[in-house]
Amino acid sequence: MITLDKRPQPSRLWTIATPLLAVVLTMVCGGLLFAALGKNPVVTIRTIFLDPLFSEFAWYYRPQLLIKGAPLVLIAIGLSFGFRAGIWNIGAEGQYIVGAICGAAVGLAFYPVESALIFPLMVLAAALGGIAWGMIPGVLRVKFGTNEILVSLMLVYVAEQLLAAMALGRLRNPQGMGFPGSRNLAQYPSATSWINESAGMHWGIVAAFIAVIFAYIALSRHIFGFQVRLSGQSPRAARFAGVNPGLLVLVCMGISGGLAGLAGLFEVAGPAGQISIDFNAGYGFTAIIVAFLGRLHPVGILLAGGLMALTYIGGEIAQSNLGLPGAAIQLLQGMLLFFLLAVDLLTNYRVRLRKSEVA
Amino acid sequence: MTIKTLLAGAGIALALGTAAFADAHGPTKLGFVYVGPVGDGGWTYEHNKGRLAVEAHFGDAVETVFVESVPEGPDAERVMTQMALQGADLIFTTSFGFMDPTINVAAKFPDVKFEHATGYKRADNVSTYSARFYEGRAIQGHIAGQMTQSNIIGYIASYPIPEVIRGINSAFVHAREVNPDVEFKIIWAYTWFDPAKEAESAKVLIEQGADVILQHTDSTAPQAAAQAAGDVVTFGQASDMAEFAPFPRVSSIIDDWAPYYIARTQAVIDGTWESKDTWDGIGPGMVGIGEITDAVPAEIKASAEALRDRIASGEYHPFTGPLNKQDGSAWLAAGETADDGTLAGMNFYVEGLTGEIPQ
Amino acid sequence: MDLSAINPILLLASLMVAATPIMLAAIGELVVERAGVLNLGVEGMMITGAVCGFVVAVNTGSPWLGFLGAAVGGALLSLIFGVLTQVLLSNQVATGLALTLFGLGLSALMGQGYIGVRAPGFTDLHIPLLADIPVIGPIVFQHDPMVYVGLGIVAAVWAFLTYSRAGLILRAVGENHEAAHALGYHVVRVRLLAIMFGGGCAGLGGAYLSLVRVPQWTEGMTAGAGWIALAIVVFASWRPWRLLLGAYLFGGVTVLQLNLQAAGVAVPVEYLSMSPYLATIAVLVIMRTGRAPGSLAQSFHASR
Repeated sequence: MITLDKRPQPSRLWTIATPLLAVVLTMVCGGLLFAALGKNPVVTIRTIFLDPLFSEFAWYYRPQLLIKGAPLVLIAIGLSFGFRAGIWNIGAEGQYIVGAICGAAVGLAFYPVESALIFPLMVLAAALGGIAWGMIPGVLRVKFGTNEILVSLMLVYVAEQLLAAMALGRLRNPQGMGFPGSRNLAQYPSATSWINESAGMHWGIVAAFIAVIFAYIALSRHIFGFQVRLSGQSPRAARFAGVNPGLLVLVCMGISGGLAGLAGLFEVAGPAGQISIDFNAGYGFTAIIVAFLGRLHPVGILLAGGLMALTYIGGEIAQSNLGLPGAAIQLLQGMLLFFLLAVDLLTNYRVRLRKSEVA
Repeated sequence: MTIKTLLAGAGIALALGTAAFADAHGPTKLGFVYVGPVGDGGWTYEHNKGRLAVEAHFGDAVETVFVESVPEGPDAERVMTQMALQGADLIFTTSFGFMDPTINVAAKFPDVKFEHATGYKRADNVSTYSARFYEGRAIQGHIAGQMTQSNIIGYIASYPIPEVIRGINSAFVHAREVNPDVEFKIIWAYTWFDPAKEAESAKVLIEQGADVILQHTDSTAPQAAAQAAGDVVTFGQASDMAEFAPFPRVSSIIDDWAPYYIARTQAVIDGTWESKDTWDGIGPGMVGIGEITDAVPAEIKASAEALRDRIASGEYHPFTGPLNKQDGSAWLAAGETADDGTLAGMNFYVEGLTGEIPQ
Repeated sequence: MDLSAINPILLLASLMVAATPIMLAAIGELVVERAGVLNLGVEGMMITGAVCGFVVAVNTGSPWLGFLGAAVGGALLSLIFGVLTQVLLSNQVATGLALTLFGLGLSALMGQGYIGVRAPGFTDLHIPLLADIPVIGPIVFQHDPMVYVGLGIVAAVWAFLTYSRAGLILRAVGENHEAAHALGYHVVRVRLLAIMFGGGCAGLGGAYLSLVRVPQWTEGMTAGAGWIALAIVVFASWRPWRLLLGAYLFGGVTVLQLNLQAAGVAVPVEYLSMSPYLATIAVLVIMRTGRAPGSLAQSFHASR
């Protein structure tokens, strides 16, 4: 029979090989799916996975990969600290929304004044908003022992309702002909997060890269990273090593909330432009998947964010060039995630074929 | 390096744009950006029917592509850009939330024509188009006012935006015209599409005495709820919903984009396309009135059809004075008709409606 | 404003119907979570159930077979989650989210030929004698059969968890999988069965929407009902009878809100809509006894 033995340490070889294996498996199964839908599987797979990088118009798609991937990476980096320490913030979507609302509200309050101070103030407000929203489940866990997975999830729904109330009410564009949605922040020079719109560069992308570097240093070189890792592996050992578990919860929830809030702001003040009812496009949830695909490692998250962005953008190209239904892309993404999660087993366990033992 | 590739890319884009014009033999390429899935059975479904009608009309002379379920915001901008890069000559963006992205992308591709549905921002290569659904609402009100026994008409509204408010006012004015005792009960569902909630709304209205249900949401759930209740009259919305004819669905308002899409495509082929604002009603066929079934008494049917024909010919405007606003202040003097500007931004109820428009 | 237009009997009756799809999905998830597994893919399983049920019902002409097909469809989809999390030890949160994505895509592809098609009718029961009791009759005894099936499942789950040996084992697995394993119980087998039960129930909930509530197939028609089901389980502190209360509260807020609007009362819709979630958080804080199952969302691997 087949048995699994836990490896003392995750296999280095498999850490690198498993994602590649998963992508190949997805291509094979996706190809079968596309063939069943009457499309040429090779062309379709190439369109999704390669065209955004190497086609005639790749010069346009490459920066778009950064734009699509940046919020995912920024949020996932924040989440990865908590996930390593066994603190499960799955409400990043809500923190993303609240960050965007707070940041946008500050920007809109100043409209139409132009000042170099406005954007930094918006960033601050967004970070504080995200931190505050993330702290609620953190404080409740520390004070009352409630489950942060569930509280943070509930707060997503609350934030979504808050967003609708803001888009229809307080933040509605007074010159918007009565339609829901705020003024366009991307067209307000002091408030926009675009650095160079035509080159596809905004502060969110910069922030995502900075976050990756900081996370890498913190996790590998800093005592905080050590505490985080120790708490995840052995909470009891961590306590003996002087880690204050309550404080760690608050710090991790704060980091993830703050970064999610920032991601929301950079998105609302740049690519999205305005607070609208459907402003949140699920980045907060997708980022959870990105964090796991990246094995909670900063560089891994960067690559995973890129891969997710690739399937989104490649999927759109396949839809419009090959007439593939949008649902097929969702299915392909689902498959990719399943395979990536499944093959992770090989990293942490050794699969052995054994003869049944005699007891 | 980035700037160089960008410039090169822009060059390609320009070359492509002009190439499409120079090459008279190649098919004209059309792009459609949809906010929902083509299977929503309502808004997007009807736009896609328009696209298929264009294909059927022009045959090999056109080539159409579409991307469905595009979130409003940065993704929309990318999808449009991608279509333009792939050589689209004309791009239809079919949701209000695509307004700013359409304008942005259009500025980068001066040789590509854009058509934005339901918006109010235009440019040299951006037209806007919308349908005067309120004309259809007038006929619904006319029928509804005479069909009701309880004198209570239920109205499932989506969001408090001018488009929806116009519909309520138009239906109310024409229901009161034929039945001075009629009252409207209005529910704001805060969704365009949520079958369960729509069913619930219809049920609540029926329980509170309504025996006619008008809906400004896209699913057939209210029709089914009315059917279950037995003696409640409904009208199809967006699509014909003929599967519920002859009763409870006694007529419908159909979004018929095909004539417009065919005309605009022809204009691009002929080289006569120019930016304009189209707001068409029953006359040009953009608003279709679904067959009035035999469940409606013959004389009501006849007068409704007469009203339809008078609106179609331009002889009668659904908002013709004397009309007062809800607060009793005068809006239109006798014989005066509403101007398009007021209608486009309509944010008030007419006299006789109860309740407030939520803010 | 005319509050007298609201008929409390009809309001309560429609509450029973509005609560049914989320109740069905939630009772399944409750069993899954009591077994120590957090499956966030309820929305994906619901919508898959909705399309499976619709396709089967249209092709066979029988809504009952449709519901059966929905349960099987939901259970099969949940098996993907089960194998990934229980056998291949993937993270439950991430796998559940991926399951939702997968289910939404799969359902849209499966339902392509069924848009605008009508489902076979499913008539209301009129339980003899009981239905004629004044007040109570119309509220409780004049609904379609699935309302009672849903209540029956809740009762059965309660009895199963409280009185049966198998229910005890399931709870033990959820509270402390190491200990349950040490006692010789098959943790993985128990959890796989629980996950499939959860998938089946979510499928039924979805099919209730596509076959009874709406009834039609359209893409994305569950519109977030699966996420509400997750909230209800927490609100109920993992107790079947409280879950009933939760389903009526969450369904009730919508019904009440719509009733107030139709009666002409200006209600702040968004703030009212967020209140059940805030109530859920309050319940989590106040009811310390209703603690989450001890092993919730943790992977189990029997090391030797």
